[in-house]
Amino acid sequence: MERLHEKKLKQLEEKAAEIRYDTIEMVINAGSGHVAGPLGMADIFTALYFHILNHNPKKPDWLDRDRLVLSNGHICPIRYATMAHAGYFSKEELKTLRKLGTRLQGHPHRTVLPGSETTSGPLGSGLSQACGISLAGRLDNKKYQIYCIMSDGEQDAGNTWEAVMFAAKYKLNNLTAIIDRNNIQIDGMTENIMPLESLRDKYESFNWHVIEVDGHNIQQFVDAVFEAKAIYEKPTVIIAHTIPGKGVDFMEFDYLWHSKSFNKEEAKKSLNELRTLRGKIKSEHQ
Amino acid sequence: MSLNLSAKLESKLFNGQLEQKPTRDGYGDGLVIAGERDSNVVVLCADLSESTRSYKFQEKFPERFFEIGVAEQNMAAVAAGLGVNGKIPFISSYATFSPGRNWEQIRTTIAYNDSNVKIIGSHAGVSVGPDGATHQMTEDIAIMRVMPNMKVFVPCDAIEAKKATVAAAKIWGPCYIRLAREKSPVFTTEETPFIPGKAEILWESDKPRVLIIGCGPLLHNCLIAALDLEKNKIGTIVLNCHTIKPLDEKLILNLSKKCGAVITVEEHQVVGGLGGAVAEFLTKHHPVPMEFVGMQDTFGESGKPEELIEKYGMGKKSIIDAVKKNISRVKIIA
Repeated sequence: MERLHEKKLKQLEEKAAEIRYDTIEMVINAGSGHVAGPLGMADIFTALYFHILNHNPKKPDWLDRDRLVLSNGHICPIRYATMAHAGYFSKEELKTLRKLGTRLQGHPHRTVLPGSETTSGPLGSGLSQACGISLAGRLDNKKYQIYCIMSDGEQDAGNTWEAVMFAAKYKLNNLTAIIDRNNIQIDGMTENIMPLESLRDKYESFNWHVIEVDGHNIQQFVDAVFEAKAIYEKPTVIIAHTIPGKGVDFMEFDYLWHSKSFNKEEAKKSLNELRTLRGKIKSEHQ
Repeated sequence: MSLNLSAKLESKLFNGQLEQKPTRDGYGDGLVIAGERDSNVVVLCADLSESTRSYKFQEKFPERFFEIGVAEQNMAAVAAGLGVNGKIPFISSYATFSPGRNWEQIRTTIAYNDSNVKIIGSHAGVSVGPDGATHQMTEDIAIMRVMPNMKVFVPCDAIEAKKATVAAAKIWGPCYIRLAREKSPVFTTEETPFIPGKAEILWESDKPRVLIIGCGPLLHNCLIAALDLEKNKIGTIVLNCHTIKPLDEKLILNLSKKCGAVITVEEHQVVGGLGGAVAEFLTKHHPVPMEFVGMQDTFGESGKPEELIEKYGMGKKSIIDAVKKNISRVKIIA
């Protein structure tokens, strides 16, 4: 992974905008599926697949690849769209999301889609699986990194904290957790459903290294991943503050969009807004 | 006496001088063998290394042993991550906690995810004794065999538990092995065949009228009952169904046709366990009268293991009664 320069940063931002567009089209096409979370994580997924991960889309089972574990499986549309852009499969296949016979299951399934690393959906067990992968890497003297994306909602789950303790005990320094801190979950705002703050203090007191970033600032996120790699004595969590529905004005910050799907008008409007966003990115960098 | 000689059972089987050992001891011994044979075998433990006997592996291979603490959900999912990256993880705890408490993690991250994890549930059945019903798992066969992509083994003594452990390490994919806390007679020998998925005839009378299908340490009671019944001119076959899933359908079908009546014996709820598995199969292919020896939709309680086995109807007398009842039903139908 190299340091970002201005030209690459612009490319990544444009890529993220394209991926957002395809994500919305996918969900519209499928008729159901989560959309706010995926849009909020578009920048981070783009940074991971197009700058950070040591991977080979043509060899998803390559033993030395970095592992990206998606614990909150419900935001898989963003992973699928990013994987298609990265060359794991054709963009055409995105149209099969949630349809009979698809490899793009409503929640990700490892055995049908190489590169998914885990099967996920039920919240709270992804970090545990990432810990297992991390241990396997250590036992085999592998140099790969493990990134585990979690939602903030799944910080409610006891299983998550069991894994947090485990990773600290075994000093899993090849593991970096990334929390999508978008403050929403299905029933409402996280601080109303089950308060999580101070999330930083919680992780620090569990012996993790904590970095907070603006999840839409690719430069900041990449820097945080660099920092995480430099921390040897403990695992690192990057708390990425994101805006759910990022890029589509009427969806941003609205928890109702956690798992709601579009009507025709909303679909059209959201795609229009994303077109404008792409224009903005282009002009900002000119 | 109609012992099946090719099963090579312990010669002192009926004279009360058998060695007594819990099946969990066999697990501990089997782990060490599996660990010696394959360096990818790793063991995870949820604060019960002594109780589950996984400490034997820990002593030999400390670098491949991971203590998870009282966190069975984490244990299952950590193992899932190891199992899809070339390792062969064994996770052991009391069956009420694993696969009891962590069933969903096992379903999603191990079974559906096809991770090569071996789940070991110790302290199954009421023979756990004084600890009471919270620690006496009597539903595990049901919740594990209902899960797609899961194999289920119930060894009958410490030697068979050792063989099942070694075999599970070699079989690809998720497996569940059920163990018991209490000492029980070691009535098989190292030479007794153990082939996963193949049930073993332990006893076969000349003119068998009832097929007794058992699993776990209660098979010893089945054999004692069979001897008693034969003395009273009632012939039976006793089948060790150590693999509940996949069920040895071919042999069960053939022997059911030969006998015309079946009873199942298990230290588990009669719903959903071995009896359920056999009944589901036979109703489709060869319906015969069946009786079910096991826990009759009730929880256990504190007590001595032998008292509990008697009280909950799984002792020798209950097996004999079930056989006789079944024979009378066959007569009525005829």
